[in-house]
Amino acid sequence: MARAGASRRSFLGHNYNLVGVVASLVILAWTLIAIFAPTIIPHSIGDIVDDDYFGPMRQGLWLGSDYLGRDMLSRVLMGARYTVGISLAAVCIACFSGVMLGMFAAVTGGWLDSCLSRFLDAMNSIPSKLFGLVVVAAVGSSIPALILTLAVIYIPGAYRFARALAVNINTMDFITVARVRGESTAYLIGSEILPNIMRPVLADFGLRFVFIVLLLSGLSFLGLGLQPPLADWGALVRENIGGLPFAAPAVIIPSLAIASLTISVNLLIDNLPRKIRDRDA
Amino acid sequence: MTNLVEVRNLRIEATTDAGRVVEIIKGVSLDIADGEIVALIGESGSGKTTIALSLMGYARPGCRITGGEINVNGKNMAALSEKQRAKLRGTDIAYVPQSAAASFNPSSTIMEQVIEVTRIHGLMPPEQARQRAVELFRALSLPDPEGIGARYPHQVSGGQLQRLAAAMALIGDPKLMIFDEPTTALDVTTQIDVLKAFKSVMRAGGIAGVYVSHDLAVVAQIADRIVVLKGGEVQETGTTAAILSAAQHPYTRELLAAFEPKPRQAQADADAGAKPLLRIDNVTAGYGSVRADGLPLIRAVDSVSLIVEKGRNLGIIGESGCGKSTLARVIAGIHPAAAGDIIFDGKELERAAGKRSRDQLREMQIVFQYADTALNPAKPIEDIISRPLAFYHRLDRQARSKRVDELLDVVRLPRGLRYRHPSELSGGQKQRVNFARALAADPKLIICDEITSALDTVVAAAVIELLKELQRELGLSYIFISHDLSVVEAICDEIMVMYNGQRVEQITPDKLQAPTHPYSKLLFSSVPKLDPTWLDGLVRDPELVSQYGHR
Repeated sequence: MARAGASRRSFLGHNYNLVGVVASLVILAWTLIAIFAPTIIPHSIGDIVDDDYFGPMRQGLWLGSDYLGRDMLSRVLMGARYTVGISLAAVCIACFSGVMLGMFAAVTGGWLDSCLSRFLDAMNSIPSKLFGLVVVAAVGSSIPALILTLAVIYIPGAYRFARALAVNINTMDFITVARVRGESTAYLIGSEILPNIMRPVLADFGLRFVFIVLLLSGLSFLGLGLQPPLADWGALVRENIGGLPFAAPAVIIPSLAIASLTISVNLLIDNLPRKIRDRDA
Repeated sequence: MTNLVEVRNLRIEATTDAGRVVEIIKGVSLDIADGEIVALIGESGSGKTTIALSLMGYARPGCRITGGEINVNGKNMAALSEKQRAKLRGTDIAYVPQSAAASFNPSSTIMEQVIEVTRIHGLMPPEQARQRAVELFRALSLPDPEGIGARYPHQVSGGQLQRLAAAMALIGDPKLMIFDEPTTALDVTTQIDVLKAFKSVMRAGGIAGVYVSHDLAVVAQIADRIVVLKGGEVQETGTTAAILSAAQHPYTRELLAAFEPKPRQAQADADAGAKPLLRIDNVTAGYGSVRADGLPLIRAVDSVSLIVEKGRNLGIIGESGCGKSTLARVIAGIHPAAAGDIIFDGKELERAAGKRSRDQLREMQIVFQYADTALNPAKPIEDIISRPLAFYHRLDRQARSKRVDELLDVVRLPRGLRYRHPSELSGGQKQRVNFARALAADPKLIICDEITSALDTVVAAAVIELLKELQRELGLSYIFISHDLSVVEAICDEIMVMYNGQRVEQITPDKLQAPTHPYSKLLFSSVPKLDPTWLDGLVRDPELVSQYGHR
């Protein structure tokens, strides 16, 4: 508590702390890069600009060059676009569908709940990388296919999480009051339950985003993700793995990028601003 | 040092999440002599539990003792180190919590937990501790003193668990016992056994005690002196007899007045209310699998019939587990009945709420016991009250806003509260909001399920007064479910006594003094009176107790 007391400040009726602010700045920076990458990259991602491969950091090539002598800075900046973009799209689909289905199952109950739960349990039992492998083998690797695959893999988790939360809320008296009032299921879900599970759901959203970034990177590392010359961060690590013996920045930089994003999201979730309940202050 | 406990000018502060420091105990001084039982009484938030805990040198998280002395047995608890305090806790000072059920570890036997204190402090070998525990069980008149220790906490009743918690506290031979509302969660019939047991062990051992409660009648039975608290300050101190007969401070008088609500005036429109508003015939409902005859395995409500007339109130009284709350849920359609008819305003109602029409739902509202769970914590009060207005009456935003103001006025809440969330309201305020939401529907009948039992005496009395006034103004009918006889007496025209899912008898408050059924007799005779000699003088028919009491 002493640490929290030292670094806690308040703003707009919320308490926040320094770690959370730093983490959100890192996330904001990556988001801006993802949006504006095409306009800020110094070289095109396909251009071979260095005479040597695995070149060191130097003026002009700030992050060195990769295994073909392409500019690493440009490739990492563009990689942000794919990693953040694909992961965000996938996590939105996964969490939205999972949470909606979860709340629906909790409110409806009965056989519908059982069927949905068992079906998604079955989905959950498929190893995620293997599932990705099969999908890529069947339909080939494209960005929409990747997004959908990642989303489908993470729906069962989001569903279980939301259902567990909603089941607890569903037993509260205010839900009974709303039911006896004659409210529809949609109202119960959207107006009575969702606001009460929003915080944990947002935290879960962040966590799941991290999982997806890591899975996407893993898939790309295995060569199942984006296809060259496009590359997300995972693919960048993989294609430059040969630079490891030369201590090339080309391997370490995308790894650091992945780490900085995932760790920041985690830290932000743990340090979300808290609303101050003491109104007299 | 003449007294066992001498508290001088105690100050305790708390820090809110905005960093603001609030003084919750503002210079309290009190003395407890050897073998004396002192009651701390006051409404919730008056600091009575905080003071009781501070006698062990303990301040709850976020609070700290900032000034004053707490001398217990010659040691200043406020100045001792945590290690030194830990040595005294359990041996010199012991604590009996409010909810014994939540304070026992469900995964180990009662005996293990009762003798844990002797193990921690190395007081006596385990074998001797077990013998001592059995003696205590006997002294606390627990059934099967030899065998009860081998059971797990969920295998004994609430009243027994509360006495076992006392045994746990007594095993270290404390000089001071702290009781934190130990009987608040118990039925009146059980409460008597627990109080009697406490009183006899305390007297036999010459142990001093602090008894925290908001129930003046209970306190009158057990305490030698009473300290009345409000807002973290001592309002009045005196012997029990003096406080009860000649209270000086206005708050104490208010407390006394609240305990004895004015009996309800004779019904002015007695003949006008000849038409029944709600009639239920032979309703049966329960839980568990449905058997061949279409009735559930466990019948919580067994062939109950009742009639509520327009503009009149029906009280349903009984101990916990008698099926009174299930009956309320059956009438409201939350828990559909397995058999029987519900006729409301001349029309037969579907058993399940989902099949009733919107108007039928609107005309019968239910208000739950715990306003904490009955109000959505994520919504401001305004949204909570205006939802029935939008849903049933389809009012537009402006009309809703106006009506919310009116409803807040009706339940005597300041209009500014509409922007707050339920967590920012006190218990009594929340219950009023809960009630305002029911009123927003414009109902004919309101089912009140124990709506005052989570509230303090003074606040509960105010809520009851409000209900009476609203009835006069709006012509409502109430079904008032409670285990507290005085509450039901204050507001109801007729009282139905339930026991074990069945209707035992129906009486009117005038005839209250002479209930005919043996269970009603037991129930009514178990309600504590303000008279301090009541408990000692109470003679209960042992046959009745063994038949209906929960040992």
